[in-house]
Amino acid sequence: MPNLYELANPERFERWARPAIPWLSGATIALLLAGLYYALFNSPADYQQGESVRIMYVHVPAAWMALFCYSTIAISSAVGFIWKHPLADVAAKEAAPIGAAFTFLALFTGSIWGKPMWGAWWAWDARLTSVLILFFLYLGYMAIWRTFDDKARAARLAAILAMVGFVNIPVIKFSVDWWNSLHQPASVFRDGGPSIHASMLPPLFLMAGAYMFFFAAALLQSMRNELMARRIARLEGGEKKTAATLVEQ
Amino acid sequence: MNALKAIIARDLRLAFRAGGGAPQAVAFFAIIAVLFALAVGPDLSLISKIAAPLIWTGALLATQISLDQIYRADREDGSLDVIIGTSDELILTAAAKAIAHWLSTGLPLIIATPVLAVLLNLEREAIVPLLLSLAIGTPALSLIGSFAAALAVALPRASLLISIIVGPLYIPVLIFGAGAAAAGASGDPQYGANLSLLGAATLFAAAFAPIASAAALRSNQD
Repeated sequence: MPNLYELANPERFERWARPAIPWLSGATIALLLAGLYYALFNSPADYQQGESVRIMYVHVPAAWMALFCYSTIAISSAVGFIWKHPLADVAAKEAAPIGAAFTFLALFTGSIWGKPMWGAWWAWDARLTSVLILFFLYLGYMAIWRTFDDKARAARLAAILAMVGFVNIPVIKFSVDWWNSLHQPASVFRDGGPSIHASMLPPLFLMAGAYMFFFAAALLQSMRNELMARRIARLEGGEKKTAATLVEQ
Repeated sequence: MNALKAIIARDLRLAFRAGGGAPQAVAFFAIIAVLFALAVGPDLSLISKIAAPLIWTGALLATQISLDQIYRADREDGSLDVIIGTSDELILTAAAKAIAHWLSTGLPLIIATPVLAVLLNLEREAIVPLLLSLAIGTPALSLIGSFAAALAVALPRASLLISIIVGPLYIPVLIFGAGAAAAGASGDPQYGANLSLLGAATLFAAAFAPIASAAALRSNQD
């Protein structure tokens, strides 16, 4: 495993990332198959929720990943902002759509789960609301990258926003919990969370592992794509410049 | 400190003289309230029930719509570069811009609130908690908003981006502010806790927003 400084060189990153991706993808598939088998066939149905509790195995790890990906963005942003590590900026940028997808998955499956549990597609439950706000944070972060042409400036501004958002996540989470306790005393989730039976833990952690390896594989692949795209843009820009100078001459 | 005062005085003069945006924000605030009331219908008891959250949302939107102006004109005429180049403490300058924005939009909104409250049939005992929550909370809106404005200062059409960025960051202020207004109106014992948390959110923003604004302004220099 090379250290962070060596990975700042895109060439070296490429040499390290390309062979790693198949292994990570393989681990993803193996864990996903095992996790789905446990989740769908080899775990008990809930005595209250029945079979629909199986949505949890897709939903809960997605919610964990939503926060994990945002943490990845914030930490990469800090590394990129402080040490001007060029690949850290690329990692932050490419982690965002993956994290947003996990966040959307958590919201979507939460909504599907909510229909039989609450009788409504959406309840202004504290957790759902916080995850929805996290989704908006992702959108704002990605909007910064999209609106600035100058990649170096976009990287710095996006990094500042990611760090500000990260500092604010606990505040937002607390405020939503507060709001929820103010408006909605009887919630589906009890204080301290629903206690989970031990037999439900293996599929949960297998799925979480699968999501984690998927994130790693997808992140490395998108970083390679981004580096390649930048190289192409540079080459095309160079071609245009030479063409322009030829015209001038 | 002198620079801080000078920037605040200059921004206030610009905001309140012809072409400044300050009166428009109040007008916008009033129009939101009227439009909302018309959409709800002439049911007075329903309107009076939603008056406080409506005024809070209106104040938030009116603040948000005016954020773009904080740095826009300064950047266009080049004075922003001079300010960044000559200020010893860009963080203080950013704080001054946020304070000036609050004085030119937040404060007029609070002054206009009692009139709108009467218009929306808000109960008399609910007016003081509402004003108090606005007074404590709106500075946070200006501070957080000035950061988003600094982030987007180099963009030609920034207001949409600013709104997307600032929305999630405004949520704690809105929750504690509207919560305080509601709790104060109904004599709920959580009134004090809501106000304290709102004050904490404002102080938190006061501590961090100028630092983040200064970093964003530096990164946006050409």
